[in-house]
Amino acid sequence: MDMKRSYYEDLRLFDTLPLGLWLVAATVALAAAPFLLGNYVLYVLGYIAINVIVAIGLNVLVGYTGQISLGHAGFFAIGAYATVLLANVGLPILLALPLAALIAAAFGFLLGLPALRLEGPYLAVVTLGFGLAVENIFAKASVFGGATGPAVPGFGVTFLPGFSREQNLYVLIVATAGLSLLAVRNLIRTRVGRAFIAIRDSDVAASCAGVDLTWYKTLAFAVSAFFTGLAGGLFAFHLGQVDPTSFNLMLSILFLAMVVIGGVGSILGPVLGAVAISLLNLKLKGLKMADFEQIPLAGPDIAAFLGRHFMETGMANIQFIVYGTILVLIMLFEPLGLYGLWIRGKRYWRTWPF
Amino acid sequence: MSALGSLPQVLFSGIAAGSVYALIALAMVTIYRTTEVLNFAQGDMAMMSTYVALALLVAGGLPFFGALLLALVFAAALGAFAEFALLRRAKEPSVLGLIIITLGLEMIVFGFASWKWGGEPRDMPIPLSPTDVVVVGGVIMSHLELATIAIAATTIAALFLFLNRSKAGLAMRAAQQNRAVARLMGIRVRRVEMGAWALAAVIGGIAGLLVGPAATVEPYMMWDPMMKGFAAAVLGGMTSLAGAALGGAIIGIVENLFGFYVSTAFKSVVPFAAILLMLAIKPSGLLARHYVKKV
Repeated sequence: MDMKRSYYEDLRLFDTLPLGLWLVAATVALAAAPFLLGNYVLYVLGYIAINVIVAIGLNVLVGYTGQISLGHAGFFAIGAYATVLLANVGLPILLALPLAALIAAAFGFLLGLPALRLEGPYLAVVTLGFGLAVENIFAKASVFGGATGPAVPGFGVTFLPGFSREQNLYVLIVATAGLSLLAVRNLIRTRVGRAFIAIRDSDVAASCAGVDLTWYKTLAFAVSAFFTGLAGGLFAFHLGQVDPTSFNLMLSILFLAMVVIGGVGSILGPVLGAVAISLLNLKLKGLKMADFEQIPLAGPDIAAFLGRHFMETGMANIQFIVYGTILVLIMLFEPLGLYGLWIRGKRYWRTWPF
Repeated sequence: MSALGSLPQVLFSGIAAGSVYALIALAMVTIYRTTEVLNFAQGDMAMMSTYVALALLVAGGLPFFGALLLALVFAAALGAFAEFALLRRAKEPSVLGLIIITLGLEMIVFGFASWKWGGEPRDMPIPLSPTDVVVVGGVIMSHLELATIAIAATTIAALFLFLNRSKAGLAMRAAQQNRAVARLMGIRVRRVEMGAWALAAVIGGIAGLLVGPAATVEPYMMWDPMMKGFAAAVLGGMTSLAGAALGGAIIGIVENLFGFYVSTAFKSVVPFAAILLMLAIKPSGLLARHYVKKV
């Protein structure tokens, strides 16, 4: 369906005109948002945009290069800590962010080295261990502020005179997300991106065709870690604090879930996945007993049943049940995720009514 | 559970901790050997079984061994159900897909347990006390540690006999080596795989029941042991039972030596370093034969 017929088609930024128009509309809407919307909505949009950056970064590794990572919370943490520590020694934030992302990328490069010899399950174990080790080091070492984390400095960047902290932060986060999206979209169409995809499809064949596996696998880890570290730095300012225990195994799985639920190996997929998971996360974290009472028909009965058999304090954990169920269902029924649904829907309507 | 003391003391504590890691590693190896799936839900399935035992003990008022036995039955049912309902349903699964399914299972189990029982740590009442000790040659051994080692050793020996000497164990190995041919030989491959999951869940459950009384029962209790069990399995080579048991002991001892000589705060980094080192030197693990994938 999406066959490329000329070299020019391969170079275009937007595949179709409607897609381009939609993107322009989205850009305009996001640019207008800080002037029109309240602080909480900006906070939510910022949170989503941070997750989008992580998801597209992780997708470079998982979706395009076919390597698995269960340790991206580690890169996220490295980005957050490095940004805050660099900013604390007096570096301007706009310099500290990319520098911290480069530090995360360097760690990604290091983690990518053993990845050369590993595949599938082994790589999952190594990256899982990496994530847990990073969390452990940050939480225990007093250099990094111990259990409470380092103090986050004030966000002193002003884009427009008169903008509040939230508005300035929103502009920085969303602009970074947009640029990251553009960067990854272009990266995938270069020689490097084609090498990644070749490795995913068959690393032996890619190697025979002259793709340097050592270089490109470690590069994929580094690129992925770069974006995740960047997002981590933004997250530190977005939240206003760095809590070492929040960079745990569940966060790594959540990042992976964004990519998988959205659809691996596409540009739109991780964005959709990040939006979906972020919204679910914000919605489900604050779940209360009262929410169950409002279920039509059997609401009070359900609430009474839950009150008898479940802990009300543990209700926030319902989110994990929901994510887990979605992950399993996606894997069983639509391995291409939301993006796969979108493609199927498009194909259905294009040939409708046949 | 005193961590400080002489070198023999450190070694003993290491073996006590390592025997739990060995059990988890064996559970993973059991599944991996049969179905080539890496079960990331192993730890949390064990955590769930421990909570079930606790609920039966405290709320149900069952006698100690009755509760443990029922909890292990529950573990077996959970494992068999996971295989039957989730993994078997995957169409043309990739390695990534299977890992993601077990991760999804892990999240479901974790979410359910911490919703049902809350996040606060609970004590598990057992007839053995972690503070009653036996002193042999200056080494302080608590009853709980001794029981842990004894139970782990018995389980490992039983598993060894079962997988290497019984017909069912042979069927499990056949299922991994060549699914199609195993089927042609009259092995009910699906049932064997389900059995492997149930067996692994029971072994993991035993590990959980040993971790629970030593620390406290809480939703996060198995994350650290699971990581170390993983490390032990990788150290031993993923397919070797003896390797997994040895790997568990090595991780436990090295971790405690590290805690003794360097720092206790960074003990969790040890398994990661061990995996990295092992994979850099001998990717096939200590005791597994090197396996080259055909293209």
